[in-house]
Amino acid sequence: MAPKTTPEVGGMGHSIKRKEDPRFIRGKGTYVDDVVLPGMLYLDIVRSPFAHAKIKKIDSTKALAIPGVLAVITGKDLEKYNLHWMPTLMSDTQMVLPVEKVMYQAQEVAAVLATTRYGAADGVAAVEVEYEPLPVVVDPKKALEPGAPVLRTDKKDKKDNHIWHWEWGNKADTDRAFTEADVTVKQDIYIPRIHVASIETCGCVAHWDKVQDKLTVWMTTQAPHAIRTVFALVAGHVGLEEHKIRVISPDIGGGFGGKVPVYPGYVIAVAASVLTGKPVKWIEDRMENLQADSFARDYHITAELAAKKDGTLTALRIKTLADHGYTDAAANPSKFPAGLFHVCTGSYDLKAAHVEVDGAYTNKPPGGIAYRCSFRVTEAVHTIERMTDLMAHQLGIDPAEFRIKNFIKPEQFPYKSALGWEYDSGNYAGALRKAMDTIGYADLRREQAEKRQRGELMGIGISSFTEIVGAGPSKHFDILGLKMFDSCEIRVHPTGKAIARFGTKSQGQGHETTYAQILAEELGIPAKDIKVEEGDTDTAPYGLGTYASRSTPVAGAAAAVASRKILDKARKIAAHLLEAAPEDLVYEPGKFSVKGTPDRSKTIQDIAFAAYTNHPQGMEAGLEAVSYYDPPNLTYPFGSYICVVDIDKGTGEVKVRRFVAIDDCGNIINPMIVEGQVHGGLSMGFAPALYEEISYDEIGNVQGGSFIDYLLPTAVETPKWETGNTVTPSPHHPLGAKGVGESATVGAPAAIANAVVDALWHLGVRHVDIPITPPKIWRLLREKGITE
Amino acid sequence: MLVKVAVNGEKHEAEVEPRLLLVHLIRENLRLTGTHIGCDTSHCGACTVLLDGRPVKSCTVFAVQAHGREITTVEGLEQDGKLHPLQEGFMAEHGLQCGYCTPGMLMTGVAFLKKHPKPTEDEIRWAISGNLCRCTGYVNIVKAVQHAAAKIQGGA
Repeated sequence: MAPKTTPEVGGMGHSIKRKEDPRFIRGKGTYVDDVVLPGMLYLDIVRSPFAHAKIKKIDSTKALAIPGVLAVITGKDLEKYNLHWMPTLMSDTQMVLPVEKVMYQAQEVAAVLATTRYGAADGVAAVEVEYEPLPVVVDPKKALEPGAPVLRTDKKDKKDNHIWHWEWGNKADTDRAFTEADVTVKQDIYIPRIHVASIETCGCVAHWDKVQDKLTVWMTTQAPHAIRTVFALVAGHVGLEEHKIRVISPDIGGGFGGKVPVYPGYVIAVAASVLTGKPVKWIEDRMENLQADSFARDYHITAELAAKKDGTLTALRIKTLADHGYTDAAANPSKFPAGLFHVCTGSYDLKAAHVEVDGAYTNKPPGGIAYRCSFRVTEAVHTIERMTDLMAHQLGIDPAEFRIKNFIKPEQFPYKSALGWEYDSGNYAGALRKAMDTIGYADLRREQAEKRQRGELMGIGISSFTEIVGAGPSKHFDILGLKMFDSCEIRVHPTGKAIARFGTKSQGQGHETTYAQILAEELGIPAKDIKVEEGDTDTAPYGLGTYASRSTPVAGAAAAVASRKILDKARKIAAHLLEAAPEDLVYEPGKFSVKGTPDRSKTIQDIAFAAYTNHPQGMEAGLEAVSYYDPPNLTYPFGSYICVVDIDKGTGEVKVRRFVAIDDCGNIINPMIVEGQVHGGLSMGFAPALYEEISYDEIGNVQGGSFIDYLLPTAVETPKWETGNTVTPSPHHPLGAKGVGESATVGAPAAIANAVVDALWHLGVRHVDIPITPPKIWRLLREKGITE
Repeated sequence: MLVKVAVNGEKHEAEVEPRLLLVHLIRENLRLTGTHIGCDTSHCGACTVLLDGRPVKSCTVFAVQAHGREITTVEGLEQDGKLHPLQEGFMAEHGLQCGYCTPGMLMTGVAFLKKHPKPTEDEIRWAISGNLCRCTGYVNIVKAVQHAAAKIQGGA
């Protein structure tokens, strides 16, 4: 689609350069650790070496003797203010600092406050804690067995480690479909615990100003407004009421979901600042980040898929055990404890489906947040894409052909899925065919057949995912009761320039650029003349923040709606200036002209000036608008990915030779940024597919707790992504856009896993859990007797 | 201990603890916050600076080891209001998103291009393999380095 605006205006469809970049390439961004205030103190945290232990004694004597160490804060100190526990986003409870026992290795035990960063670290090393180890529960299956030690002894009457049971769909219909099926496949799939590992870790600077009666917190948060409200709800009783709290989310060095929750460190820093009256900085290090901050995934899935002989899919049945660690601190909409996992029917026209998830407590850190994925969608997509591939192989049908046969057809949209979602729009076969053409699918299948004859292991994997983003319609979506709208407030200045503020918060997505482009598209004001601000709760309108690919679908829509409100008023002012009736004016971006006499016109800049200097009598001056956009539905971006792998029989290493990604995110705001988002998303799909995992030994020691053994791919391992698009606009979004940040992370792992299984199918391999590491494959090959 | 360094051509001296890391000298004593910290194990490269022209991970160098030496940080790349070609390359090719790894990538890239003015893609990928990026998938960082190489070759 050709852009409506000129490159100078820079509306939708233009790859304009990012407004953020000039500061970042000069090292002039402001991230949390760059904030320094006079008299600022440093907070560092003592963490538990045990996964489950009673705290017998905390001795601060030696720590307090260190010059510069001012205080050692323990759970007992916080208990006096009833701040030792806090609510999680899922209405469970989490310790800020423990009073009785620790529940996972690396849990916060005490905090040291000192005048310098090094002094605080010295203090941490000198705090002496006496523990009494308790039995550790690592395996969520064992956690639910009768007789397992009950972990949440803080909860009165809690007799087991079961958190919740959730199910969705029609069980009877699904069971009947399985009874009647010609073919069924069943597979256990484990999607391991991983961590977003944004390159900037989490931290904050909390400053309680006694004179101003105001708390300002600079913090690494993707959702500053919601955090302000949570702080007020938790600490309002000790004087931190919402109007006294200002949360500033400065430049954020990557978020991916990891900067949605409230971590104990933030709360302790705030408490320390309130108690001392001084600014307090807390910045976690990488090991704390990986070992204690919210994890993602950790789903133990058993999936079954049913089909007719001719390859028509009929039903899906899933049972899942979700390991949440010691508390459910996931970041899901309140009504959905397993997030949007029930989008697991994917891109296929299934008539029946039923899904069950049970949450379990274990001695691991809490979480269950996204990893660049909206609410368990990766888990859903991985399951359905693995199962579809399994069924295709089982039936001996080419997996591409099999998918095309079973896809929801373009004419079926809006499509109501068996699990109740209303998919807005899609052309799944279009995207898959484009991916097949781009990669040369038929030639690759021929090459694979030849190589197989020679004993070489080559696989081709497909993933045709459907995403579900833009949470969400207020009828169903809230977090702690806060409805999941988002907002935009626009002020057009007299000289025709503008400022727009949003309730979201970019962490690298380029909102300062793309939001300006939306305004440019709607108002015709050049994007370079529009300043975009987010992240300061004292200035920006209230919003739920940036995660789950919701910024474009929700706040982007708010930008369009607010712009259109401005145009309504602009039309009246233009009519006044042109001495014409408003309905006789024709609008094109940036200009109103009189119908039939196009030379009689006023630009948006003329109108803006008039709004402050010559507005019609009886009309208020100014040119401003705000929108709190409540989306009528979610958006459903989709795409098809094809991946070619070669497997080294000597080492078991999987090499991704080619990876073609065709994405459809509806109408595109900035093609350059969309491509960048897909590159990043693919890399964060590739990483857990082949490298990343956090696991625990039998006594709860974390493996994968530093960059030494939690492997982020470098430029050497990461494939050279080949990307492309199809465009199927969302019918309900004002701009026809859908969101793209997470699509590739959701879609990529299944393509890689499917390629690996495809390479090994003839050897009898039916499934490999991610991460598909060389030892895992080497052991499989050795079992089959074909290692070199 | 007294440490004397030249940072981006400017002389500085500071009384420091022997254990002070170079990255903290740069960020906290000299308030040059473009150099970032992303890990504790010298894997991520966000803290990369040039020490006498060679890239080092400043979280793994003591400040006192830099005594009497020249340090270049990201803030020193722009000269007389003119960006380094690699800075331009990062903007032109969308080689950055959150910007956190960018200063380290830039410093590694600048040192690499001096030694390898006509690099292949594989050489670039190996060169930046000590710098982790979570946002870009590296594709556009590679393009940014190629962009700069072409520009430097062209005599810009």
